[in-house]
Amino acid sequence: MSVPKTWRGEKYRYRLEAVKCTGCGKTYMPARAVCPECGSRDFEDIKLPAEGKIVTYSMVHVGPAQMQFEVPYAVAIIELENGLRLTTQIVDTQNKELKIGQKVRMVFRKIQEDGKTGVIGYGYKAMLAE
Amino acid sequence: MRDVAVIGVGNTKFGELWEYSLRDLFVEAALKALDDAGVDMIDSIYVGTMSSGMFVDQEHIGALVADYVGKKHVPALRVESACASGGFAFRQGLIEVAGGFSDIVLVGGVEKMTDTEDATFALSSAADQDNESYFGATFPALYAMIARAHMHKYGTTRDQLAAVSVKNHNNGSLNPDAQFGRKITIEAVKKSVMVAEPLTILDCSPVTDGAACAVICPLEMAGKFKKKPIKVIGTGVATDTIALHSREDITTLKAVQLSADRAYQMAGKKPGDIDLAEVHDCFTIAEIVVTEELGFAEKGKGGLLVEEGKTALDGEIPINTSGGLKSKGHPVGATGIAQVAEIVRQLRGEAGERQIDNPKVGLTQNMGGSGASSVTHIFEVV
Ligand SMILES: [Zn+2]
Repeated sequence: MSVPKTWRGEKYRYRLEAVKCTGCGKTYMPARAVCPECGSRDFEDIKLPAEGKIVTYSMVHVGPAQMQFEVPYAVAIIELENGLRLTTQIVDTQNKELKIGQKVRMVFRKIQEDGKTGVIGYGYKAMLAE
Repeated sequence: MRDVAVIGVGNTKFGELWEYSLRDLFVEAALKALDDAGVDMIDSIYVGTMSSGMFVDQEHIGALVADYVGKKHVPALRVESACASGGFAFRQGLIEVAGGFSDIVLVGGVEKMTDTEDATFALSSAADQDNESYFGATFPALYAMIARAHMHKYGTTRDQLAAVSVKNHNNGSLNPDAQFGRKITIEAVKKSVMVAEPLTILDCSPVTDGAACAVICPLEMAGKFKKKPIKVIGTGVATDTIALHSREDITTLKAVQLSADRAYQMAGKKPGDIDLAEVHDCFTIAEIVVTEELGFAEKGKGGLLVEEGKTALDGEIPINTSGGLKSKGHPVGATGIAQVAEIVRQLRGEAGERQIDNPKVGLTQNMGGSGASSVTHIFEVV
């Protein structure tokens, strides 16, 4: 992970900052230059809601090398209250049954590290709300 | 636009081929395809490879294979669309011949996957690296999420997923080039090592070394060569969002549907006109969804289609007679061309023990990532 690359992602990964198309109202995270729905190039900055629900999920038992220490971990597609969807892990799922439609809240967590001395990547994960 | 035919096909054995390098693989498949066609002179080469850089630290694959196939100074270009690189390479060759720029073109695909420690990481670069892979979504996890959503929405069962693997291993047991040519059971699939719930290792295509090639030329020239020419009657490609979560419906592979619609339209064919198909079963759920998008089953009924045996060798629409990616193996860049090789052999009547009864029209479907790109071709006996 390069330092500038990590830095470029801070806005959305750390703070859930996104953009809303002024043409059709659809939201995007990370920000885009063109709206694929209506073609508009005009966006306003918004902050995403932290509440959402599980659209679909999987418990991962074989991870990439840099995440193998966490297996099994839950990965899900989350739909936030404003309709935006994202992919992330669900934390603290031990002995809990996951279900489609379950409510979650986004939290700030360490995502991965680049060896013992490299950049630590942070970002959002989801936590079961009930 | 000129009509185009396939006049030669060839492939290596698929598997963990420790004694072969990337160039060895490609050259073996290329020479077999050229010999199958009985041609020596070619006008150009297109080669599909997904990630030779990450797998074997080698880019500039077009020049490399032209050199080692022994065709000095011939135009050669590498084509990349993740796991659909081979299918897209075929289409680029087709366009070049149809457009009159070249007569005889060698189209191929290759992947050397077992020289690297972490093939999973290289494969994850076909997903949205910043917004999926970074957060721990592996490829099996993405397809597992499609499976979970499909099971929830349509009642697709665990056994139906496993049935895809059982069928493809049955077919692969009749293919001497297959990586895992042994039969398995539904129970074995369900009890094998868990990868990403609900998918086990026997729901996943393997890591494979291999190459496949085809030789194409204008249909009007095709009668001069050794083998019965097989006409390419339809081609279609489409893309979709790179991230799975950006799609309106997680259970639909829109790029597959659109690539098929475009190929059907060009060919003037309907799903019911297709006698057999090779489709992209990178995971068991993928074959189920793809058969729906290709119009072989109603939306949501793909699981039933395989469970009822309709896609078996003796079924009404045999799918993946070669063993598919699951049993034959999935050297990612080679897969799209290996599918073409299987359809050509079936349409020629050269498929040996797995030959189906007198097919006239065959279809190939090859996709990249979680379905962010798809390419479909339709072939017919002349
Ligand atoms: Zn818009």
